[in-house]
Amino acid sequence: MTEENLSQALPEQPETPKKPVKPKKEPRAKLYKPETPLILASSPHFHTRDTVPRIMWNVIAALVPATVLALVYFQWAAVGIILTSVSSALIAEMLVNRVKGESFTIPDGSALITGLLLALTLPPSFSLDGTALGSVFAIVVGKHFFGGLGYNIFNPALLGRAFLQASFPVPMTTWTWPLTARYVEVDGVTAATPLGLFKFEGVTSELSGLITGNISGSLGETSAIAIAIGGIYLLIRKYADWRIPLSFLMSTFLVSGAFWLISPESYPSPVFQLFSGGLMLGAFFMATDMVTCPVTARGAWIFGAGAGFILVIIRLFGGLPEGVMYSILLMNAFTPLINRYTRPKFFGEVRA
Amino acid sequence: MSSTLSLKTEFIKGIWKENPVMASLLGLCPTLAVTNAANNGLAMGLATTFVLLSSSLMISALRNLIPHQVRIAGYIVIIATFVTVADRFLAAYFPSISASLGPYIPLIVVNCLILGRQEAFSSRNGIGRSLLDSLGMGIGFIFVLVVLGIIREILGSGSIFGFAILGDWFTPWMVMILPPGAFLTLGILIALANWYNDPSRAKERRAVS
Repeated sequence: MTEENLSQALPEQPETPKKPVKPKKEPRAKLYKPETPLILASSPHFHTRDTVPRIMWNVIAALVPATVLALVYFQWAAVGIILTSVSSALIAEMLVNRVKGESFTIPDGSALITGLLLALTLPPSFSLDGTALGSVFAIVVGKHFFGGLGYNIFNPALLGRAFLQASFPVPMTTWTWPLTARYVEVDGVTAATPLGLFKFEGVTSELSGLITGNISGSLGETSAIAIAIGGIYLLIRKYADWRIPLSFLMSTFLVSGAFWLISPESYPSPVFQLFSGGLMLGAFFMATDMVTCPVTARGAWIFGAGAGFILVIIRLFGGLPEGVMYSILLMNAFTPLINRYTRPKFFGEVRA
Repeated sequence: MSSTLSLKTEFIKGIWKENPVMASLLGLCPTLAVTNAANNGLAMGLATTFVLLSSSLMISALRNLIPHQVRIAGYIVIIATFVTVADRFLAAYFPSISASLGPYIPLIVVNCLILGRQEAFSSRNGIGRSLLDSLGMGIGFIFVLVVLGIIREILGSGSIFGFAILGDWFTPWMVMILPPGAFLTLGILIALANWYNDPSRAKERRAVS
């Protein structure tokens, strides 16, 4: 209100005498710019060889076995989806960098991981334009709307997948047999996933198929063993907190085991729960995302246990056969709260 | 304290600078809930504007007769009367729109935008000024609802105002006509508006020109 008053009042004020010449644009004072910028950080001042790109490229290396098996099982479908997803993630990252006027962040590999992880969670028959949309959504909304790498509260790849699941519910749950599967008679015949088979028809699948991955499912989630190899590599290199996959798997096993003991006919066995669906991929590669999981050891246990609990509840009582995505996203939302309540004591601190 | 703005600014302010949705974040419930199609957004906006205008007229006329202690109850009775009129009118003449808006037409009565304008403006200003203010606010509200509705309808159903504009090649993004699509679109629109209004950018523009 006062602003309008001012702007109206202004013309009536005695005008200051006009300057004879236009004021020249003053050259901006040159600021001192050191060659290497001074970096300030809080203690502890550990020196480590780990940098963001180094960690990210290790994660990519750990994803190689699952990717290779996806290519073997689903062949050209996998090639198309993985290439589309990764390239659109990279292009989106580049465009966002350009708009935000920051240095290019493609070499740190994080956009590549987002694209690859998203591709591995998509069904092989999914359309390529849908894949590109999910990938762009993951990078632009999932990562950069929150401030870029390190500031995102949700795992970008899972957010992209959640967007696709809400946008295209039917294609996102239409599955095909792998081309190498022995059941296959016609190329690309649709098939329910083992979890879907159990949920809607009450049929359990053989464990051997679940471990090697010769079953229907998303591109990279079918083979438990390929994912575990990459995941254990990450745990050994300490680029992922071992507590998270362990507590996630344990909690899934225990909660689903409790239901199985109560009524073995109506609930699947905990072993089947462990090896089916996207649990392995989620537990090793998505729940352990450094940005979106708790930083404390106790927090990591809580995070994994909560995710496992939510997962079993969704799988057994929800409308969808699979719930890894939602269980991790929900626990992502709880992460700041978990961090806050598992803050370690200061030395000598007495808790009231 | 009555307003001292020029009549033109009184009218203009609601459209952009003090836009009820974009600047004050008022009336978010109908904004998010009914904008899954441009038609619904437009109908909701018109109904709200009608209620806003008529109740402003009544309240600014009666402002010296309503006792201060019971003014909120008084305002609500007046607003509820006009909401009932709007609700019955839509149900009688546009039954399909009335059905698709469902409970959100009766819920106009609790729209903060309306009670807010009465409490903050109409109860302190004359009839003419109050009508101008309400008209500006109403147009601002319609503008946001229609823009939101158009964006969500194009992406979520491939049409505008019910006419298909995108061909069969386009697979509608179902999420856009669901609640998450409303939150996403509104958030992005408000971010763009804030970026546009950003004082530091305004300074840059002035420095350039």
